[in-house]
Amino acid sequence: MNTIFALAQVVIKELYRRKDFYVLFILTVLITLLMASASIFHDDKIVRYLKDICLLLIWISALVMAVGTAARQIPAERENRTIFPLLAKPVSRAQVIAGKFLGCWLASGMALVVFYLFLGLVCASREHEWHVFIYLQALWLQWVFLAVIIALVLFGSVIFAAPSSNATISIVVVISIWFLGSHLNTVALQQAEPMRSIIYTIYFLIPHLEWYDIRDLVVHNRPLVSGTICGLATLYGAAYTGVFLFATWLCFRRKPLN
Amino acid sequence: MPAPCYILALLLTLCFTLATSLQLRMHSISTGTPSDDMLKAVLGDGRRMFANHYFVKADVYFHSGYYPSIFEQGAKAPANARHMVEEHHDEGGDHDEHEHEKAMDFLGQPKDWIDRFGRHFYSSTHSHLDKPGEAREILPWLRLSADLDPQRIETYTVAAYWLRGHLGKVDEAEQFLREGLRANPTSYEILFELGMLYSENHHDSSRARNLWELALRRWQDQDAVNRPSVLQRWEESKDVGDIQPDINIYLKIITQLALLEEGQGDLRQALHYRELEVKVSPLPELVQVEIDKLKQKLASPPISAPTK
Repeated sequence: MNTIFALAQVVIKELYRRKDFYVLFILTVLITLLMASASIFHDDKIVRYLKDICLLLIWISALVMAVGTAARQIPAERENRTIFPLLAKPVSRAQVIAGKFLGCWLASGMALVVFYLFLGLVCASREHEWHVFIYLQALWLQWVFLAVIIALVLFGSVIFAAPSSNATISIVVVISIWFLGSHLNTVALQQAEPMRSIIYTIYFLIPHLEWYDIRDLVVHNRPLVSGTICGLATLYGAAYTGVFLFATWLCFRRKPLN
Repeated sequence: MPAPCYILALLLTLCFTLATSLQLRMHSISTGTPSDDMLKAVLGDGRRMFANHYFVKADVYFHSGYYPSIFEQGAKAPANARHMVEEHHDEGGDHDEHEHEKAMDFLGQPKDWIDRFGRHFYSSTHSHLDKPGEAREILPWLRLSADLDPQRIETYTVAAYWLRGHLGKVDEAEQFLREGLRANPTSYEILFELGMLYSENHHDSSRARNLWELALRRWQDQDAVNRPSVLQRWEESKDVGDIQPDINIYLKIITQLALLEEGQGDLRQALHYRELEVKVSPLPELVQVEIDKLKQKLASPPISAPTK
């Protein structure tokens, strides 16, 4: 376990040495503050549009950071030939995958905390109250979402040749599932057989990433998702993360490294 | 390869030349404010599409996020944005509300366990921004929609309705309506809403009357252009669906004028407007009762001289 944490630490250090997080955070802050400075009918209590814009920027930034960080982990180690001394420690390939995953996931979590803190501050300055629990729930579910994405991208990094192609394909897949996944059943019902069964099978096979996006509930001050439902969604996310990590290990364990 | 400073100088010269040329072109197409011109130049007619998107976004906010996606809209007609301003004070309010509830029941029963479970993570119950002051949340999108498409009249009337009726921002509502009127000088809808503002908020009956009379004239002018006119089509009961919005606004104008004249004691004028109203009202029997009352009052000797 210490080996995994040591590997994770390296990934976290890499995140705060790189400029990605700072650039995305500053962009989010600038755009949100610019929108906040607009006077709309001289009403300074309007807040939902700000939450909406800020959350959208947080989701885009977190997705870009997670995919970007995860996609280059294994290819960079192979390209720099640092994978050989690493595996000679001795560190097993399963530990490398687990360490890389944990590092990317923790780094994303730390970035999310900073982003949500900013969101909380901006909204509290307008609403004069803290909706702490809904922000914490949104943060947690987004973090589970990122776990699935990071595992998926790590799996892609042992299949695709270059990090750029892996990142592009992963983002297209994630966005498609995120926005269309929940509607596949509606589409399937309008199709004739065998198309209906094929679409329905895809609908049941894909991870339903849209569950973790509770921006609607946060923006419109809807009630919290119940703890049980949140827990079940976490288990569902953990299962898919496990599946993708296991698939990564299956592909990586016998893969030639040179 | 020339020295980098020469390349830089060449690029700067090119930039300066282009800037002088573009500045002249921009100046020749400018008619409104700089931001309007910029949007027009960058987006062209595409801004109407964005304006519509932001108007729908305001409706999404009005329903606290509970709104049909394009997939659900395919199965069911999208909700009409009219309910944003009319559900609370219309004559047929109950009926409209029922229709609206029916239209918004787009989710139906869950199709499978994923659908059932997924409904915990988004707005899946129908509600409106009913709490005091909550309606302000739709305003940014309406403002943006008006900036993108100043010819979209509904944006001004909806925003003004909420500003003056629920948020107590009468001056802002008037300013926004006048902005709309400058962009749409022939709009009888904006004139009507402006009249409502003077009548209900400023309690200035004479200005309200002037505005409603002007709105009525504008409505009749546009109706005179149509062949056959909306009123003719209405009387012949043809194509009722597409002329309903025009008839509704006409009905509102003459109803308000009738009420105002009755309140001011000009019963003959009130009777005139009621007689126009009875021809287009969905409840003519109720209007007929009002006409009979007015005729009775006119027949009886006046107690005091009417004041106008």
